Amino acid sequence: MAVSLRRIRADLSVFGRGYLRSRVGLFFSLIFPIILILMFGAIFSGNNSGPIPVYVQNNDASSPVFQVSGGFISALNSTKAMQITLVSPGVNITKYAIDHSASAGIVIPQGFGADFIDGNPVNVTVYGNPTSSTTGIVEGVTSAVVNSFNLHRVNGTAVLGISQQSVVSKSYKYIDYLVPGLIGFSVLTSPMFALVNISSQYKRDKVFKQLSLTPLTKTEWLLSKITWYVALTVVSFVLMSTIGVALLGANISYSLGIIPFLFLGPFLFVSLGMLVGTVSKSVESAAVVGNLVTFPMMFLSGTFFPVATMPMYLQTVAHALPLFYVIDGLNNVMLYGNYGGALIDLGVLAVLSVVVFVLAVRFFKWRED
Amino acid sequence: MSAIEVASLRKSYGALNAVDSISFSVAKGDVFSLLGPNGAGKTTTIEILEGLRERDGGDVKVLGLDPWKNGYEVHRSIGVIPQGFKFVDYATPREAVKYYAALFGVKADADAILRRVILEDSANVYFSKLSGGQKQKVGLALALVNDPELVFLDEPTTGLDPQARRAVWEVIRNLKSEGRSVLLTTHYLEEAEELSDTVAIMNHGRIITAGTPAEIIARHGSGERIRVRGDQKLADYLRKAIPSVPVDYHADSGEVTISVGRKEDSLFALEAIERSDLPWNDLSIARESLEDVFVKLIGGEGHGQAAVGAKHEVARAATEGA
Ligand SMILES: Nc1ncnc2c1ncn2[C@@H]1O[C@H](COP(=O)(O)OP(=O)(O)OP(=O)(O)O)[C@@H](O)[C@H]1O
Ligand SMILES: [Mg+2]
Repeated sequence: MAVSLRRIRADLSVFGRGYLRSRVGLFFSLIFPIILILMFGAIFSGNNSGPIPVYVQNNDASSPVFQVSGGFISALNSTKAMQITLVSPGVNITKYAIDHSASAGIVIPQGFGADFIDGNPVNVTVYGNPTSSTTGIVEGVTSAVVNSFNLHRVNGTAVLGISQQSVVSKSYKYIDYLVPGLIGFSVLTSPMFALVNISSQYKRDKVFKQLSLTPLTKTEWLLSKITWYVALTVVSFVLMSTIGVALLGANISYSLGIIPFLFLGPFLFVSLGMLVGTVSKSVESAAVVGNLVTFPMMFLSGTFFPVATMPMYLQTVAHALPLFYVIDGLNNVMLYGNYGGALIDLGVLAVLSVVVFVLAVRFFKWRED
Repeated sequence: MSAIEVASLRKSYGALNAVDSISFSVAKGDVFSLLGPNGAGKTTTIEILEGLRERDGGDVKVLGLDPWKNGYEVHRSIGVIPQGFKFVDYATPREAVKYYAALFGVKADADAILRRVILEDSANVYFSKLSGGQKQKVGLALALVNDPELVFLDEPTTGLDPQARRAVWEVIRNLKSEGRSVLLTTHYLEEAEELSDTVAIMNHGRIITAGTPAEIIARHGSGERIRVRGDQKLADYLRKAIPSVPVDYHADSGEVTISVGRKEDSLFALEAIERSDLPWNDLSIARESLEDVFVKLIGGEGHGQAAVGAKHEVARAATEGA
């Protein structure tokens, strides 16, 4: 039977209005993900957002080759990971750090420049609290700068001016992952929870039976919901990416490649929600099955943490979850510019969407027998 | 051609024969009522006719078509209010009517339809905020949107206040006067008697009697019924005085009823009451109603009205035992 746009529009208008009026759906689709992004953005930027205050004591400042230690300090500085305060030589650095409640200090020994040029081993000392995560960062950054200095020495490159090409090459901040991750989160949760609920309730209340007595078809009903959730996803995308970029300093790129994911994601999860709701015997069992399907996906698909940071076996699990391909695709497009990878994600999603949609229409019973 | 033709229709759920080989037909333009206690099989029958459930056996024609196979065509010409109608919580009656009009692709005057079912005052109230009766009226309004030839009304007046119920009656009468056919179910027998051209009484999936209300009353009723307020002693006295006439005592209402078949029995009964020297008042004589017959036919089986019949039997057994 031909799909009628008029009927889809009529259904969309009733559904959309109901959605906006009930406010619950709106909260979970738009407001809740924003709360999450602000919350997680704030929690995880607390550690590494501002540069870490570090006291540096340069005992080699008065050497004839003071440029080496000076270059080292400016290299540390240019990582932007540290906020360096110079401490005059002769001060007890550990005492000083404690007095100033700083967690880390770096001491450059006397003769640093000369030893470096002559190729004699020489150590920079990092003082810090081993239990503090900021100390770890200071150590890591310092050792990266040290490595970079060593490399340049071996290559025989001039020592001065090294500082510019220091440690952090192309790295991503947590918030960069969080934006596509939470967009994926809302692509999953808002249609899934709504459709599981609606489809099982409509079945119980015989609303579907009622609708089956009109010319509206199951496909049209489902397409109307898909249209709604695609629109909602686009709004959610705009809100979240704007907040991510403007408020939380996310570094993401906008490209047309994002669009197919914003379309296929809701398409897939509206259908999946419908399928779960329609095969369940009651509203309660639908909710249980819906949660069983939704929750693992919600946490394991790269929503809150990049999948690459998870243990290997969980990464394998992630690849079996449909949401993974939405988030991976968004990462590929928005962060890595990896369009080849995005195309694969898109392929997987397209196949999944069609299969689930067909199953949903097939199992979705208007009437009983 | 009849609007509905049903021959040997069967439907079972496991061992339960919900509809057990029933046959009836509804003439075009008639109001046909399907009556029966809870679980009799009315909704099952109706939903089979609407094409919502598949039958196990028998032949069904609705407007000349098989509703299960030709649901799409049948649905364009029927209107339905399902039992316990529900709709989208956050849609108003006006929106609901417009929605249906768009789905059917018909021009419908939403206000006129809402006025017809006396819902114009609540036209813009969310469905979830409507009273039970108002919700039913939304169902009725939706059943009318596509200008149906045949309307199925499954308990359209359950839960309505008397005024709203009369409004629904008015709608049904109008449907009839416009030449539409109506299949109605209801637990209010005076309503069925009032509105129907034909009724069928179902029990346990079977039709136990059918015909015009007058025919059924004539066939199964015992004619007139005298009600008089009095006590157990009066009932006992009357049983002795006029042994050929059934006398019942209803302890809860303090009423004695006498079913009189022949005209002269009424006179004997009245005379006996007068002669008893026992206190009595509020005497009335009325023709037996469809409800009286229904109670008699269905007996005391878990049905609102039938429950009276049950007590009635118990009361009689008790007095006979004494
Ligand atoms: N889907 C079903 N599955 C199992 N049993 C069912 C189903 N539908 C109806 N029944 C049974 O069939 C019988 C007839 O039910 P039906 O709903 O037709 O009764 P009804 O006459 O409409 O009663 P009421 O006056 O209470 O609405 C009942 O015993 C009911 O339990
Ligand atoms: Mg019923």
